[in-house]
Amino acid sequence: MTLKSLILAAGLSALALGAHAEGVKVGMITTLSGGGAGLGIDVRDGFMLAVKQSGRDDIEVVIEDDQRKPDIAVQLADKMIQAEKVDVMTGIIWSNLAMAVVPAAVAQGKFYLSPNAGPSALAGKGCNPNYFNVAWQNDNLHEAAGAYANTAGYKNSFILAPNYPAGQDALTGYKRTFDGELAGELFTKLGQTDYAAEIAQIRASGADSVFFFLPGGMGISFLKQYADSGVDIPVVGPAFSFDQGILQAVGDAALGVVNTSQWNKDIDNPTNKAFVETFQAEYGRLPSLYASQGFDTANLLISALETASPADADAFRAALKAANFDSTRGDFAFGSNNHPIQNIYAREVIKEGDVFTNKIIGVALENHADVYAAECNM
Amino acid sequence: MSTILIIEQVLNGLQFGVMLFLMAAGLTLIFGVMGLINLAHGSLYMVGAFAAAAVAGLTGSFLLALFAAMAAAAMAGVLIEMVVIRRLYATDHLDQVLATFALILIFSEGTRWVFGSFPLFLDIPDALSGPVTLPGGIAYPLYRLVLIGVGLAVAVGLGLLINRTRIGIQIRAGENDREMIAALGVDISRLYTLVFALGAALAGLAGALVGAIQSVQVGMGEPVLILAFVVIVIGGIGSIKGAFVGALLVGLTDTLGGIFLPELFKLFMEPGAATSAGSALASMAIYILMGAVLIWRPTGLYGARA
Repeated sequence: MTLKSLILAAGLSALALGAHAEGVKVGMITTLSGGGAGLGIDVRDGFMLAVKQSGRDDIEVVIEDDQRKPDIAVQLADKMIQAEKVDVMTGIIWSNLAMAVVPAAVAQGKFYLSPNAGPSALAGKGCNPNYFNVAWQNDNLHEAAGAYANTAGYKNSFILAPNYPAGQDALTGYKRTFDGELAGELFTKLGQTDYAAEIAQIRASGADSVFFFLPGGMGISFLKQYADSGVDIPVVGPAFSFDQGILQAVGDAALGVVNTSQWNKDIDNPTNKAFVETFQAEYGRLPSLYASQGFDTANLLISALETASPADADAFRAALKAANFDSTRGDFAFGSNNHPIQNIYAREVIKEGDVFTNKIIGVALENHADVYAAECNM
Repeated sequence: MSTILIIEQVLNGLQFGVMLFLMAAGLTLIFGVMGLINLAHGSLYMVGAFAAAAVAGLTGSFLLALFAAMAAAAMAGVLIEMVVIRRLYATDHLDQVLATFALILIFSEGTRWVFGSFPLFLDIPDALSGPVTLPGGIAYPLYRLVLIGVGLAVAVGLGLLINRTRIGIQIRAGENDREMIAALGVDISRLYTLVFALGAALAGLAGALVGAIQSVQVGMGEPVLILAFVVIVIGGIGSIKGAFVGALLVGLTDTLGGIFLPELFKLFMEPGAATSAGSALASMAIYILMGAVLIWRPTGLYGARA
């Protein structure tokens, strides 16, 4: 190799490095097709709205659809890390996909910002300095539901969730904070759509309240069948069965049900007001909590880019950890394990004109952190 | 566990069973008459539910929605039969599985394209909502009783159609010997299209009826499709009577298994472990049933003896 070509090569690589340092390449793997697509689409739209509003043209987002399949998510992550050379990854909705992708990605020095999934394994022993969760640890909303049940004076709950890791976490979370007795505890099949048998057991159990975690279509089925069964025991649950995307499909059956969430469209701060208005203007629908999580994730990333570049990993990590951005939830801070410390609210389903939505009726848990932080050494 | 609860669960199992029968009847006819494995049958169920939700949203009439569901599913069935499936009768089962799996993907993404990614709203008509009190003081949702009634009526109607009408004779003859009835002057391709449309309309009807108490969303048909295959394997491929008995067996096993197995395990295990072990075994119960039936009768309960 001649001296001339050596200099040229050095110059080119310096140029490439320079271009790299200015901007950031984000790899987003999320669910855009199949049964759970509504969640991924909301996260993507919230994220892209924040990127657009920032006015920065140096953020490149590569978006891929994982089809809710762990194997496809892993392939996409490999492609993004090796071929696309992304700096930051985000987007995964489901905990089982996050478990397949996140540990490998952060081990290769990438940053991962979770806009949704918060499995306990990544909050406790498996925590990592490059992994930040902007949504919640999985147990949080269920713990809030248990706390709400105490304040509502419930003494005897019937609890049910699908038989898979997040469902087991849900019942654990509720039991952690609920002080009363359990009238019954049931695991349903994942993806089950008929709950007649469970509802008959609830009717016979003598419970004074029902807690359920049945995300997406499972929750729609349960609520419609519950309303039709004539059982009138009050129901509480996490926001996942009451988000903006599915309330219209549940209809009147959800009216008045109390559910727990870290976000709602009526949280009173300027960022949230502007977010709800601009999201509606841009996409023609009300945002869900997933959209708010996508929006906050992008704003966290943008706030970190103001002070550091991903090329300088230590500075960038510190900038992320500072969480110096205006969240749609108001105050937002990371705990020692890079999971949020935040208020979790109790909401009630109401009807505004023709549209079903939620309004906040109180704070279920104040400045709540997850219990796994103690197991995290980093 | 009280008698009332047990009777209520048996009713739940029956209701689940008759809805499975609507799906399985079409599937078993198509397999029996044409020798075709149609994985896209679940998509026709979804088409029915979406058509019903759209028409109910526009007109507010549940009855119109049911007709729309059957018409839309039958039309979709005829369309795929003439465009795709007709080319597959002579081919290997693997080709049929591949092609009809492709149809699932096309239907799913097509439905998303037209209706969006969020679930649609379809509710029980007011006249049928709420519980009724049965003799013995059992409060049971009226709509589910209606589902049992509709399912039984369709079963009787199909039985008469197959056993008492000219079309039925042709369908039964087609199952036994395709070439021979073609040679006897029956327009076999018209018969195939007709059977396909009939099966599709039943799947669409099931989708609309069940969609009203569940969620109308993309991908709703595939879990039901798997159960419908279990039903026709248990009942014997091609047999309407087998599909009916198989559907009731699967419905009752699935419902009662989910209730009684955890209770049974509680007799000798601590409650938490009993719940998860019982639930796990309950989700396998229908497959265990299928295995047992196949060991006892390899061609299914009412299948042709090999």
